[in-house]
Amino acid sequence: MVINLENIYKIYKMGDTEVHALDDVTLKIEEGEFVAIVGPSGSGKSTLMNILGCLDTPTSGKYEFEGRDVSKLNDNELAAIRNLRIGFVFQNFNLLPKLTALENVELPLMYAGKSTAFRINRAKEMLKAVGLSERLHHKPSELSGGQQQRVAIARALSADPPIILADEPTGNLDTRSGHEIMEILKALNKNGKTIILITHDLNIARQAQRNVHIRDGKIVKDEKVGS
Amino acid sequence: MDILQTLKLAFRGIIDNKLRSFLTMLGIIIGVTSVIALVSIGQGTTSKVTEQIQSMGSNLLTVNIMGRGANTTLSYDQAMEFSSSPYISGVAPIISENVTVKHGNKNSQVQLQGVNADLLTVRNYSMSEGRFFTPVDVSMRQKVAVLGSQIASDLFGFVDPVGQEIKIKGYNFKVIGILKTSSSMMGSTDEQVFIPITVAERILQTRGVRTIYIQAASKDAVSPAMSEISSKLDKIYRVNSEDENYAYRIFDQSAMLDTINETSKTLTMMLGGIAAISLLVGGIGIMNIMLVSVTERTREIGIRKALGARKRDVLNQFLIESLVLSSTGGIIGVAVGYFLSWGLGRVLNMSTKTTLPVVLIAFSFSLLVGVFFGIYPANKASNLKPIDALRYE
Repeated sequence: MVINLENIYKIYKMGDTEVHALDDVTLKIEEGEFVAIVGPSGSGKSTLMNILGCLDTPTSGKYEFEGRDVSKLNDNELAAIRNLRIGFVFQNFNLLPKLTALENVELPLMYAGKSTAFRINRAKEMLKAVGLSERLHHKPSELSGGQQQRVAIARALSADPPIILADEPTGNLDTRSGHEIMEILKALNKNGKTIILITHDLNIARQAQRNVHIRDGKIVKDEKVGS
Repeated sequence: MDILQTLKLAFRGIIDNKLRSFLTMLGIIIGVTSVIALVSIGQGTTSKVTEQIQSMGSNLLTVNIMGRGANTTLSYDQAMEFSSSPYISGVAPIISENVTVKHGNKNSQVQLQGVNADLLTVRNYSMSEGRFFTPVDVSMRQKVAVLGSQIASDLFGFVDPVGQEIKIKGYNFKVIGILKTSSSMMGSTDEQVFIPITVAERILQTRGVRTIYIQAASKDAVSPAMSEISSKLDKIYRVNSEDENYAYRIFDQSAMLDTINETSKTLTMMLGGIAAISLLVGGIGIMNIMLVSVTERTREIGIRKALGARKRDVLNQFLIESLVLSSTGGIIGVAVGYFLSWGLGRVLNMSTKTTLPVVLIAFSFSLLVGVFFGIYPANKASNLKPIDALRYE
């Protein structure tokens, strides 16, 4: 089991009122699954994604990542998980605007302590895999939205993590680019990556193997879908 | 984390924000420049003053005789008794008077100095031509003269004076040498004419000396030599206590040198200290801009942390940026400071001396400022929670 959430709560205090962003969430994800977490905005799906990605900590509950209790890990161990075990793809791409596509893709490898030669080779390979061999030295601002998201995917893959966390990866893209991104994610899943996709769009969610519906911080439905 | 990559990015950041980086560095540049320029001026002045004092002769004591009652001078023989002391290596009594010196139809008002052979070493003079007096010249009362450089050219123009004759008080003197031009805090020899003291006693019809230059055998011998001289003079002039001593004065050159050195060192330190304050202010400027930069780049920090950057990586990144800013400022400051001291030396004719230690100290101080004022912003950046940083708009 890659991910095991048990009775996870995330409570924000807004003045006097408490907001239950996650309310008793229990979820297990196995290796090699392609899971879509589906819900409208404000349902708590982004909070769930941040906790899954070790970017945020739950108020209470137990989270085991690859069998390790996340609450017992220190900052450096969490950084290592984000670096080597999880690849992030964000809705707004989150590329560093001053770096070229190649340098953006190199970043995780740099934090993994790889040599310059290895980094450049690997980053070129990754960008080639997403069809951007011609755009190595372009800044994000010189690329289209679809291209930027492909750079972000190449970056997520560069350190070869077994899990990809994608938060509304198609949200800021036109239909065609969105379709391309989904094809890439499906291909990655076929090659053995565990994909966790967060979306509000049922048409996108249907392309996964399993849909977890979330509403008001609670899981309301967990179903297999045929792809 | 790759240091080279971080350095590259830091430099790129500076180039991307040229004006802001320059203004940030300006504080450091001004600080380093002023430290180097001011300390160079201080050190240049110190070494020039030291050089001038030392050019008067090493371990020099000057004894001025005022005398007591009718007994206002010391005889040459009495003065020479000092040379028997083991602490004293040379005694040069002087009789001096203003006279007119003639050669052919030219004449010139000069200060005539009756001296002995020791004067050359005691006062550290050197000859440009010919020779100085020998003890035999003095004891045999030879009518020979040594000229200061200015007098030599006034009287003789382009003719070689050595071997020529000059007339002083109606007597003919043969010129045997010319002194090298020299100027020090105790006056110049350029307009002086020297003759053996025994001859001077006769033609000036005076029997006593009022000034004696005495060279101590070594630096350590200066104070025993002084006490020996004063005990002898006390006996001659019956001086009972220091307070009543109006009969003579002993002037110690090395004590003056020490005092001046001490004073100018203090002044140099003070100048450097004041300049260092501007370096400190420059450091605060760096801290300010680094804090702004951390806020501006909160999202970048979040992205980096999501990609696996550890606290240490983020800390290093911001520290290196602060160091790159301060060291670039430091290097520019060193260059400008060096150029400024050189320019002050050339254009304003000030004596400046830029030494390697000063440059190194000023530069490492700028690095220190970079680290010190960079730590707080860098620490702030590294402690951001990834989720808070990522959400920041």
